Amino acid sequence: MQRTYELMFIVRPDMTDEDLEKLTSTLSTQVTNAKGTVKTVEKMGKRRLAYTVGTFNEGIYVLFVIEGPGELVYELERRLRVAEPVIKFITVRVDVEQKRLDKIKKIRDSRRRGAGTHAAAAAEAAAAQAESAAAETPAQA
Amino acid sequence: MADETTQQTPSAPAGGEQRQGGRPGGRPGGPGREQRKYFRRKKVCKFCVEKIDAIDYKDYRLLSQFIAESGKIVPRRLSGVCTPHQRRLGRAIKVARNIALLPFAGSSR
Repeated sequence: MQRTYELMFIVRPDMTDEDLEKLTSTLSTQVTNAKGTVKTVEKMGKRRLAYTVGTFNEGIYVLFVIEGPGELVYELERRLRVAEPVIKFITVRVDVEQKRLDKIKKIRDSRRRGAGTHAAAAAEAAAAQAESAAAETPAQA
Repeated sequence: MADETTQQTPSAPAGGEQRQGGRPGGRPGGPGREQRKYFRRKKVCKFCVEKIDAIDYKDYRLLSQFIAESGKIVPRRLSGVCTPHQRRLGRAIKVARNIALLPFAGSSR
């Protein structure tokens, strides 16, 4: 079962770029070993924390978007817990929400297209709409 | 401002003696006083208006508009957010709190 997760974690602010690079690459290999895929790795940079975590008032945020089975998340979270520079992490499942949004978007698009065909009087507007629709469809087809 | 005008209009025909004792603010639902004390704007849901479907926990700038100074989530009746969006908003704020993007309520800064 392939699911999409967002894995966000905070590392201590005094961590060097090389160390951070090393940490992200080990996590990435871990994902690929477990038959998952890393979609994006984003370093969101240093940010002031909303509250003190341990002894830290700021931290470097890193965001992973990964696709894989649920067991993969267990393994990654275990690793993050063990990793000494990581001060906080969270995993959020995003595919369900994404599915819902796609559904809404689909409904909205079809409604817009339907309105275009019904309005016979506004032929020009319909033509313009068809054009814009045609511009959108190649991506789907 | 609105109080002053409503106070003056009934006092002119009926005479000042009756009105002087009672404060105008104390009895808003008095007879013949349909005018509201102040104009209340109709609140609209920000997410419906701006067509924001995805309320993301990472977007702390957006979320911080809906938390009070104390860190509490602003209730719907104050912010005007519609029920479905408030539900998602609350969820997003709670996730954001867990990853230290937003403060918890009551935590002193």
